[in-house]
Amino acid sequence: MDLSYTPEEEDFRERLREWLGKVLPTLPPKPSPDDWPARRAYDLGWQRMLYDAGYADVHWDASPTMRLIFLEETEKAGAPYVGANFVGLLHAGPTIAAEGTAGQRARWLPPILRGEEVWCQGFSEPDAGSDLAALRTRARRDGDDYVVSGSKIWTSHAEVADWCELLVRTDPEAPRHRGITWLAMPMDAPGITVRPLRTLAGSAEFAEVFLDDVRVPIANRVGDENDGWRVTMVTLSFERGTAFVGEVVACRRVLGELARQARANGRWDDPVLRRRLGRLNAEFRALWRLTQWNVSEAEASGRVPGVGGSVFKLRYSHARQELYDAAADVLGTESLDLDRPWVLDRLSSLSYTIAAGTSQIQHSIVAERILGLPKGR
Amino acid sequence: MRFQLTEEQRALRDTVRQLLVRRFDDEALRAAVEAPVLDRGLWRELGAAGFFALRLPEADGGVGLGPAEAVLAFEEAGRALLPGPLLATHLAAGAVPGAADGSVVVAAVDGSGLVEWLTQADVVRGDAHGAVPLRSVDPLTPLHRVPEAAGAAVVTGVRGATRPPGAKGSRTPPHAEPAPLGAADPTAVLLTAAEQLGSAARICELAVQHARTRTQFGRPIGAFQAVQHLCAQMLVRVEVARAAVYAAAVTADPVDIAAARLLADEAAVRGARDCLQVHGGMGFTWEAEVHLHLKRAWVRTHRAGGGTESEELLAQDLSTGVDGHGAGLRTR
Ligand SMILES: Cc1cc2nc3c(=O)[nH]c(=O)nc-3n(C[C@H](O)[C@H](O)[C@H](O)COP(=O)(O)OP(=O)(O)OC[C@H]3O[C@@H](n4cnc5c(N)ncnc54)[C@H](O)[C@@H]3O)c2cc1C
Repeated sequence: MDLSYTPEEEDFRERLREWLGKVLPTLPPKPSPDDWPARRAYDLGWQRMLYDAGYADVHWDASPTMRLIFLEETEKAGAPYVGANFVGLLHAGPTIAAEGTAGQRARWLPPILRGEEVWCQGFSEPDAGSDLAALRTRARRDGDDYVVSGSKIWTSHAEVADWCELLVRTDPEAPRHRGITWLAMPMDAPGITVRPLRTLAGSAEFAEVFLDDVRVPIANRVGDENDGWRVTMVTLSFERGTAFVGEVVACRRVLGELARQARANGRWDDPVLRRRLGRLNAEFRALWRLTQWNVSEAEASGRVPGVGGSVFKLRYSHARQELYDAAADVLGTESLDLDRPWVLDRLSSLSYTIAAGTSQIQHSIVAERILGLPKGR
Repeated sequence: MRFQLTEEQRALRDTVRQLLVRRFDDEALRAAVEAPVLDRGLWRELGAAGFFALRLPEADGGVGLGPAEAVLAFEEAGRALLPGPLLATHLAAGAVPGAADGSVVVAAVDGSGLVEWLTQADVVRGDAHGAVPLRSVDPLTPLHRVPEAAGAAVVTGVRGATRPPGAKGSRTPPHAEPAPLGAADPTAVLLTAAEQLGSAARICELAVQHARTRTQFGRPIGAFQAVQHLCAQMLVRVEVARAAVYAAAVTADPVDIAAARLLADEAAVRGARDCLQVHGGMGFTWEAEVHLHLKRAWVRTHRAGGGTESEELLAQDLSTGVDGHGAGLRTR
């Protein structure tokens, strides 16, 4: 067991720090959360800077440890997170890299890396959430195209996306998992209507997407027709790997700030609150160690982190909610003021036990796929 | 970064596990529960295998390994519910003649004022004067209480900290100020956490085994989500605790160790409760192994300052963060 980094890894960290120190002061001011076009431009601009400096493909080609270092250092330096590039870099891109043809990789991957195109994920539907395989959005062949009709929901970044990784049903007769196909849908195709949805935090982070006879070239299909479920599982395994590294680092910083705030306003003298913060310190330290453990395991086995990510996600999403509940305790009545720090974060933390597989679903995954318990009902 | 067990560490873990399976099987466990008498033969075998001398330098006749290996050995002990003052004897290796090779059994007065296995030990570290037995909740851990020392700053277990003869008068008076933070020996805290981890991993396995085989309503109870989710939560606690305990063994940082302790205590105590629940009425019996894990886990939560001290240490760390970030953002 070794927690030290190799000279090569330390060198990577050092050069990254230096570069961040140089470029971060040159960034434009962060746009308002409500201004989506500005957010898009900002997030793409940051990706372009990463590309020019040779860090663009760190999510794909770097070793898990290098990726860990990258996410840790960028967060510590206060650099932007992936933002609108999330689906491109962490879902659609890796799927195309793994399952796409040479032509598809050449068409779609470089613009993601260069910060030119934004992707969104059209998986969930009104009647297919946890039960994703119940999806009904229909695609029929017509000449060189699929003609797609149906609706998607909770599609993050749909308003500003150029492409959508879309799951459609191509064979309604086949068993549920065998009639699904993965398509890359251009978001400017006729027949697409995007209706933004406001979250409980007030801003429009996701949208409904209505599809009315949208023509998607058959050439845009990744993987075989009706093989989309397997292709999708490739995508989901990327999601649960190192996706939260930066956030754990950020949570630990917030915890330090909370302690300072508590000292300043006298809440620190309450031993119950103080020990609760102490316990959260233990929690996030442990989550950081679990991240390092999982990364080392992925590195040793040469595989992407698999269901082990569910263990992490379960604990982390809960811990994040606890953290911001503790923040509210430190703030007292100020926790009711949306202009105070952490209050919006507390609201957005509520999505963590729902998005990307609810905690209930994750528990079932751990029980059935790690512990080998019989299929639940 | 290679934060995984090395080949050698795996081998060491397997060796200890095999020794305990062979020498302390189910039958031996049952016998020990009915008559908690130390098995001196087993103690010497543990000594011969290097259990007590693991961290002692080779120059001093030890095995010369580090806290990581000691953690793996104690994890196995926790898993097997191995009885005896393992921690006190391990910490006495090198300081008390005979402790290292298992020929001498060492007990120690803990900061809590409790002494485990007092009457069966050959040597007692710390001042156990006036110790009175209590009816221990854990049938596998005889306990004594040293009245005057209760809750006070009796330093124990630290190598070389045995009270010199005639120092009895220096005993901390009753109602003394609580011990300063970090007074507990971090190694004692770490190895206690390792035992908790082993116990937590074992009860998770027991729960899963039972959930697979016990049938109700025509199917294994493990097919019911309510049961599945209890088991999944047990595993999550174990895996988070494991990362924390192993990392603390590598860094030997008292704050990391305090974190490991909190996570491991939680994994062991809550895990045992959930395991009991999964077992239904069987879980409430003397017969099932579950209660032994729960009771031992309770005993361990009181060792070396207890969880409260760890929480305070971690809280203090937040506002004195080493790199200006607070939260001790050191990553190694
Ligand atoms: C902020 C946010 C962003 C999102 N972004 C995207 C996106 O970009 N693209 C996309 O495709 N989707 C996205 N989603 C959708 C997300 O994946 C779904 O919300 C999630 O999978 C749950 O589905 P649902 O909302 O239909 O809830 P449901 O599946 O209806 O669940 C409702 C409740 O029932 C429980 N439940 C359901 N089935 C079971 C079961 N078998 N066992 C036990 N309990 C069960 C759930 O745990 C939950 O508590 C996003 C969601 C959020 C919150």
